[in-house]
Amino acid sequence: MRRFLGLAYLTPYIIGLAVFTAVPFLGSLYLSFTDYNLMSAPRWSGLDNYLHLFTSDRTFRKSLTVTLIYVFTTVPLKLAFALFIAYILNYRLRGINFFRTAFYVPSILGGSIAIAVLWRYIFATEGLVNMAIVALGGEPVNWFGDPTNALFTITLLRCWQFGSAMVIFLAALQSIDKSLYEAAAIDGSSRFYTFIFITIPLLTPVIFFNLIMQMVQAFQEFNGPYIITQGGPLKSSYLLPLYIYDEAFKRFDMGYASAIAWVLFVIIMVLTLVAFWSSKKWVFYAGDKRS
Amino acid sequence: MTDATLTLARVQAKRRRQKARLGAAMRYLVLISVGLVMLYPLIWLIGASFKTNSEIFANPGFWPQNATLDGYIEGWKTSTPFSFGTFFLNSFKIILPKVIGTAISCTVVAYGFARFDFPLKKLFFGSVIAILLLPNVVTRIPQYLLFRDLGWLDSYLPLWVPSALAGDAFFVFMLVQFLRAIPADMEEAARVDGANSWQTLLFIVVPMLAPALISVALFQFMWTMNDFLGPLIYVSSVDKYPVSLALKLSIDTTEAFAWNRILAMSVLTILPALIVFFAAQKYFIEGISAGGIKG
Repeated sequence: MRRFLGLAYLTPYIIGLAVFTAVPFLGSLYLSFTDYNLMSAPRWSGLDNYLHLFTSDRTFRKSLTVTLIYVFTTVPLKLAFALFIAYILNYRLRGINFFRTAFYVPSILGGSIAIAVLWRYIFATEGLVNMAIVALGGEPVNWFGDPTNALFTITLLRCWQFGSAMVIFLAALQSIDKSLYEAAAIDGSSRFYTFIFITIPLLTPVIFFNLIMQMVQAFQEFNGPYIITQGGPLKSSYLLPLYIYDEAFKRFDMGYASAIAWVLFVIIMVLTLVAFWSSKKWVFYAGDKRS
Repeated sequence: MTDATLTLARVQAKRRRQKARLGAAMRYLVLISVGLVMLYPLIWLIGASFKTNSEIFANPGFWPQNATLDGYIEGWKTSTPFSFGTFFLNSFKIILPKVIGTAISCTVVAYGFARFDFPLKKLFFGSVIAILLLPNVVTRIPQYLLFRDLGWLDSYLPLWVPSALAGDAFFVFMLVQFLRAIPADMEEAARVDGANSWQTLLFIVVPMLAPALISVALFQFMWTMNDFLGPLIYVSSVDKYPVSLALKLSIDTTEAFAWNRILAMSVLTILPALIVFFAAQKYFIEGISAGGIKG
């Protein structure tokens, strides 16, 4: 009897898993091979959606390119910055808790629409950012009118929220055995070498964790482009989730939207698997008290 | 030791101290300037919400020259028949069942995972990790169709029912990790004394889980408060809008140049999350460090 008691406690989870995850997951795969506009039943169309996506949909090509650029700039920038600040905070400075809290505040407000609104204001032509640039002697930048800049405002917004990645880095830094640093110092290692050859290898498990979480999240960015840039100008910030949303909930082309969602999913999954597979080569598990 | 080497040692020690002090000063300089750049937009937002519309883009400073409450008064009224009071109430109508449902269901499920052995346990726990990494974008459309068939569109049910069935794998994972770190001795003692597993959960495990549950409730509160895409898809009548949608609506409908209304309402929108964060920040930091978190 007790053998099944555990399963009994899992009941809510199992129902939720089946109804809200497993069935929808397979459902969207099925829908991606159909033509379905909500008016009539889904009509099987084979590979039509995918063929159309990859051969003649220029919006998709643009959107995919923009999404990849966005993810591959935002994630490394954010993680590098989070690690840099965590590294400084890790010195036993007075007031570390104050700074940690201050740096974490943007992450708390993170996805809030209010912050996206704020971003629109501070990057406006006469906004705070341009005022600062002019005060420093630069030329004001056309943030939202110029296709090369618009996407970058969203990258900056997400980098601004480096707090949660930083807190994870900081916790890992604090758990590194101090005697390793002392040994390195006695051997005459410079601070830079110590960082590269001791700190970074010991941090690889959390770097790996942060990398995956941030990447999965960045691929699904919606609020930023929806509120701040509306995908523009010239679709230069039209990320795939925005395209999926428009296809599904504005044009009600559920089959086609599912196909795009599946392409996005496969990209995320492949990259995650590559990360997991390659992690054997670069993630270092000390096999000691770190769990 | 000769005098010369002693002096040399002293000089070196002094130099090292100076270098350390310089290093600390540099670090503070970096931290303070980064902090200022990061927080100034928020500080500016608060100041600007009290400015007149003509001042917002003219004065980069925090302090309003002609402070006014117009933004708050006019913004609160909105251009709809409803005030922001309605929208805040709506948000809490989503948050309350969602937070309670999450806390209860995730506790029960985490207890099952952490304290029992049963067939297929590995598979189920694997599914928790899989959901953790599964992009929502891939299940969103069929979920929408499901809720449509259930007749749940334009209600709050799609927004909280999945969470009340332990759908937020992150919280399940976090609680399992937390429980695993607690020895089961007390529960064993309770069992010997004749408590059944349900009583053990209620009277022994839940009190021990309390700090972790506070983290769960706080994160869920803030994520729900900030959630935009969910309500955007499922809630269509304005009288049911939560604040996130209402704010987006006010951007679209407020007349041009009435910037201070939008900024004022933005401040009000982030205020609950800020208050909760500052009141309970220790739980947040612990929560992230324990489970590792998105954000």
